[in-house]
Amino acid sequence: MRKTLFESMTRGPLTEPPPAPDEAGLAELAQSVNRAARAKLGRSLSIRHVDAGSCNGCELELHALSNAFYDLERFGLRFVASPRHADVLTVTGPVTKNMREALKRTYDAMPDPKWVVAIGACAVDGGLFAASDVVEGGVKDVLPVDLHIRGCPPSPTELLKGLIALLERAA
Amino acid sequence: MKLTRTIVTEEGWNQASDRLANGGLTLLGLWGDAPCVYMALLDEATAEILVLSYACRDGAYPSVGARHPPAIRLERTIRDLHKLNAAGAVDTRPWLDHGGAPYAFLPAEGEGLHQIAVGPVHAGIIEPGHFRFTANGEHIVRVEQRLGYVHKGIEALMSGATLDDAAKLAARTSGDSTVAYTYAFALAAEAALQIAPPPRAVYLRALMAELERLANHFGDIGAICNDASFALMHTQTGILRERTLRAAELCFGHRLMMDVIVPGGVIHDLAADGPARLEELLSEIRRAFPPLVELYDNTASLQDRTVTTGIVKPDYARQYGAGGYVGRASGRNFDARRAVGYEPYSHLAFKVPVLDAGDVNARIWIRIREVEQSLALIDQILSLLPTGEIQTAIQANGKACEGLGLVEAFRGDVLVWLRLDASGQVARCHLRDASWFQWPLLETAIKDNIVADFPLCNKSFNCSYSGHDL
Ligand code: SF4
Repeated sequence: MRKTLFESMTRGPLTEPPPAPDEAGLAELAQSVNRAARAKLGRSLSIRHVDAGSCNGCELELHALSNAFYDLERFGLRFVASPRHADVLTVTGPVTKNMREALKRTYDAMPDPKWVVAIGACAVDGGLFAASDVVEGGVKDVLPVDLHIRGCPPSPTELLKGLIALLERAA
Repeated sequence: MKLTRTIVTEEGWNQASDRLANGGLTLLGLWGDAPCVYMALLDEATAEILVLSYACRDGAYPSVGARHPPAIRLERTIRDLHKLNAAGAVDTRPWLDHGGAPYAFLPAEGEGLHQIAVGPVHAGIIEPGHFRFTANGEHIVRVEQRLGYVHKGIEALMSGATLDDAAKLAARTSGDSTVAYTYAFALAAEAALQIAPPPRAVYLRALMAELERLANHFGDIGAICNDASFALMHTQTGILRERTLRAAELCFGHRLMMDVIVPGGVIHDLAADGPARLEELLSEIRRAFPPLVELYDNTASLQDRTVTTGIVKPDYARQYGAGGYVGRASGRNFDARRAVGYEPYSHLAFKVPVLDAGDVNARIWIRIREVEQSLALIDQILSLLPTGEIQTAIQANGKACEGLGLVEAFRGDVLVWLRLDASGQVARCHLRDASWFQWPLLETAIKDNIVADFPLCNKSFNCSYSGHDL
């Protein structure tokens, strides 16, 4: 173990420079985030994630945000285990009938002010599953959404751009 | 792939159930296509796959689950989705349909027992499902799963879809296995239409399948160790996973290689500098991975958590036909790449690692060994890669037809059965993830372990929710 640790000390970090915030995301957020909330939070946001029906592809890329290359926490963004500790709810997938209730309860458990970020093509409008009888639709059909990050799945860089845009506006 | 479908009477159907129950055959799948039910069976001795169909009478068929428990959840699903009843079934609770009365969990009685309800929303970034533990203090006496939260109606959406649209849905059945699903779907469509993809496409498919296996195994090895609070391993294998996904994107235009495999071939040729990129990736993995394996093997505190934890008994692995590392860590010597031997694997040399301890440690070691095999397979694929076309045109053959594909995903065999109508549209498609026969074994593996070891056991299975819930 010591060898591995020493090696990583001498090699220099793999972490890459941050991407610029997503322009479209900034425009979308301009309408939803108020200044007062910004002042209260400081430059840090806690994120709670809910998979409301995804294929799990989006989750894989959300996981990648925590790897050495993207290192999400350097931006003051971190995933937390409880909605009660969260400022931001990220949601993936079309919202299935079977997850609607759990998603709403998670949102309700979060303290104000709070933001919802819909991640992936499915979360925008149900994507390829929109026509299904057992799907409610996109996240906006169940919760108020502040930001959409598109892609199937969005790459970690696209996710970072969107979340940094949120940080610029919200925090 | 040899495939015969036999229409059976009640007697034939029951005989098949009996052969499943006495271990002569392995259940590969059980699904509805109203008014019929279908059963796919594997004869492990000859690697022959049989498909039986039975025309239900008054919306019912003789229960398979009553004789062979691995069929129980499949029968509950058939009732939810197709309104066909298994006569004589032991468990008639709904499964994917959450609309009805509150769910009745199975009781566990005894002194000092209490229940712990977990999910569907979990603490980490994972898929949703519910686990109901009954425990005495830390000791678990029963865990019961309740799944179906991410049920999206994939199979219903496929009925009536074009082959292209259905392939996209197959790709989104379980995102971590998108290559395996599109691969199995393409094999099923090609078997139905009796066309063959060009040789180059055949090899490119296997190349993508092995990259997907590598990425997932790296992710899993790290994530299991992380659940034992050994974060260093997670960080290091996370780097290898990221490098693999980046190479995949450079080679095939998408990190997960989604929608690249289609019926008839592949739509994205290997990028011109692909072979060089892959050589770089392989040499980086060969440099970085062995010290991590050594680290795993030499860290006593980690071994303390994984060795003898969450044991799956070999008898259960055999009975359930458990695929992937769950089966192979518990003595079941089955890998669809070898057993069924679809192209190009019949021309490639590789070993199928098998262990019999059945614990978390064994499931880690199977993954480690499979990483090594995938590296060797990629070497071979690159050196044998034929030149030429990558797609054969698909044409409906003017008559209804059916086909089956069985592909080894990183977590086990994915089965796709497809029925096309005369115009070439999908009439019915069934997708069966390996998780169907692994989830129930997780319930057996956790018994007598402590609550704190559940995340570790669960991660060592890494079953799919979306692939199961459909
Ligand atoms: S957007 Fe794509 S990757 Fe994300 S959940 Fe939907 S299908 Fe899966």
